Amino acid sequence: MRNLLLILFATFSLPAHAVLNIFACEPEWAMLAAELGGDKVKTFSATGGLQDPHRIEARPSLIARARNADLLVCTGAELETGWLPLLLGQSGNAKIQAGQPAHFMAADYVTKLDMPAQLDRAEGDVHPAGNPHIQTDPRNILAVADALAQRLRRIDAANAAFYDARHADFAARWRDAMSRWEKQAAPLKGMPIVVQHKSWAYLSHWLGLREVAALEPRPGIEPSSAHLQEVLARLEREPARFIIRAAYNNERPSEWLAQRAHIPAVMLPFTVGGTPQATDLFALFDDTLRRLLDAAHEH
Amino acid sequence: MKHAVLTALAAVLFSAACAAQAANEADIAQIREEIRTIKEDYEARIRALEQRLQRAEAAAPAAATAAPKQPADNAYNPPLALILSGTYANLSQDPAAYAITGYGRHNQPSQNRRGFGLTESELGLAGNIDPYFRATATIALAPDNSVDVENAFVQTTALGSGWGVTAGRFHSGIGYLNAQHKHAWDFVDEPLAYRALLGTQLGIDGVQASWLAPTDMFLQIGAEAGRGLNFLAPAADKNGSDLGVLFVAIGGDLDDSTSWLAGLSALHTAPKNQRWDETDLAGAAVTNAFSGTSKLWLADFVLKWAPNGNPTERNFKLQGEYLGLDESGTVFYDTVAANTPGAYSAKRDGWYMQGVYQFVRGWRAGLRHDRLNGGGVDYGVNNANLLRSGYNPTRTSIMLDYNPSEFSRIRLQLGRDQSRQGATDNQVFVQYMMSLGAHGAHRF
Repeated sequence: MRNLLLILFATFSLPAHAVLNIFACEPEWAMLAAELGGDKVKTFSATGGLQDPHRIEARPSLIARARNADLLVCTGAELETGWLPLLLGQSGNAKIQAGQPAHFMAADYVTKLDMPAQLDRAEGDVHPAGNPHIQTDPRNILAVADALAQRLRRIDAANAAFYDARHADFAARWRDAMSRWEKQAAPLKGMPIVVQHKSWAYLSHWLGLREVAALEPRPGIEPSSAHLQEVLARLEREPARFIIRAAYNNERPSEWLAQRAHIPAVMLPFTVGGTPQATDLFALFDDTLRRLLDAAHEH
Repeated sequence: MKHAVLTALAAVLFSAACAAQAANEADIAQIREEIRTIKEDYEARIRALEQRLQRAEAAAPAAATAAPKQPADNAYNPPLALILSGTYANLSQDPAAYAITGYGRHNQPSQNRRGFGLTESELGLAGNIDPYFRATATIALAPDNSVDVENAFVQTTALGSGWGVTAGRFHSGIGYLNAQHKHAWDFVDEPLAYRALLGTQLGIDGVQASWLAPTDMFLQIGAEAGRGLNFLAPAADKNGSDLGVLFVAIGGDLDDSTSWLAGLSALHTAPKNQRWDETDLAGAAVTNAFSGTSKLWLADFVLKWAPNGNPTERNFKLQGEYLGLDESGTVFYDTVAANTPGAYSAKRDGWYMQGVYQFVRGWRAGLRHDRLNGGGVDYGVNNANLLRSGYNPTRTSIMLDYNPSEFSRIRLQLGRDQSRQGATDNQVFVQYMMSLGAHGAHRF
């Protein structure tokens, strides 16, 4: 009995801030937190590269992880509205509640696209706070990295210099990579494309791709065959070069259209872990560009 | 002569050229110097600009969040949600005469109605009161135009360390289905075991405290005290708590696609002089009363599967609960006339098991089996007066629902209800449930 008590005491009296537990809602933020935090942080991602972050279950395992988090890093802009409020409510963790320093929403630090002019559920899954899929533009990653580094400094002041150094190193490598990507992607500028879900506004904005059609008639509403026929008819008048979809999207609608419109359907990683090649943030954009350029050449 | 003139001319030209060259060299040096200072100046200015830009970029989000929206009177209004629901029922037995055989005290009027009917409309309000408390209210508007406060509770949000305290009127954390709203249930009606042993759904006016363990596996324990709001609740006027509940839940993931949750709960209450109407063995309508203690045990589990954790296209849910009610005390037979006291002890239990499969986006099919065990009832001397049934009520239901979006659901349910001995009720239900406004997400 006494031994058991000693073990319990030892377990619960371990220094709580040996490492900073970071609960990330999506893998891109877990990866970014690891880039900035190195061995001072331990990251956990609530979703994987093959999961649709709009719709996941508030599973018991996620509640348990949220309970022990020292910092919450999510996209925000209502992307996680279907599950994050439940995790926060059931976590019993006061630190990570909205308004606390340990509640970090990446979308607060970038300029959002697709702000809806009107809100009506008849329009489907419209995001009132703008398009939340900000991670497809590397300039947004840089902006979020700046803000997240600041937040890490604030929460874990003892390691501020460490986070500063890692941030400076990451930002320099990221800027180099960005100029490389922009050079590689020059042939894609102005290219007309079709998207499956409105997940790619930021990527299109960055690379100058022109989205001429979306397979979902309204965001989050499954493409119907009537709507696909309509898209096909439109593509005959205004041809597109390829169709893009996220790794977690159902492949049927884009494959259906690809066969009939005789253009390639491209699966993009969308986030870290979306494809076997997208192993970190740098590889995510390397792989995205490689797949886009391959599709552009194929035509 | 001519030669001398040419030489002089050449000399003049030469010296002039030399002078010009010297002047050019001085100019170039000067220009170089000017260019160098300009260059340094501009480089310094660019560096300064870059630094200013970096500072501005770093400060921009703070500036953006520091500028609040214009305060409007309704800016702090809590989100509003309205659940609308209606049914069409075709029943082979009269719902007005519904009573589960052998469950006299536990029976309550059926909510089912033949033909078209409106079910409860639920008006929900929820929001943060301040940085420390959150409030939730659900007002149920019944089809008979009565209003019922289904939930009205406040919860702590800032205790930390895994603690949460809820106070007010809330659905007890006992079992799996009990804490969910009816509209989140996968079948039109509640399981028979819930109906007979838990009074359909146990609401409590009281306090709940829960604690989540700091482990990677989900482990939660909780306790409730207060006044119960259905037949389990004693009609006692006393200080202190009438009813206590303890629950523990554990859960986790088996892999990327499969997760589970299991719980064990116990309820203790001590009803005093609790009355109910029943038909006795002689066929007379009598009123009886029970005083004693009731202990309820409940075990529940749920297993959810979705390929790669994406439930949008396909998913499967398997759930089951076992309820065992152990009562002992005194039953007064026919309180109006004979008023015969008899020692009473009863062990009743029941369970249900159900599976719901979403086979294609928007379409789900489900099967549920219910069973109650009627034996184990002893009325003592009143065994001569009151029915002790050995009948085991059962029911099997199948359902198919279509969900055009996450806010709308249309359901068809067929049931074969054998909860009344010798009177099988064949049931057909068509139900719609729609959610308007800021409807919160559902728990696991």
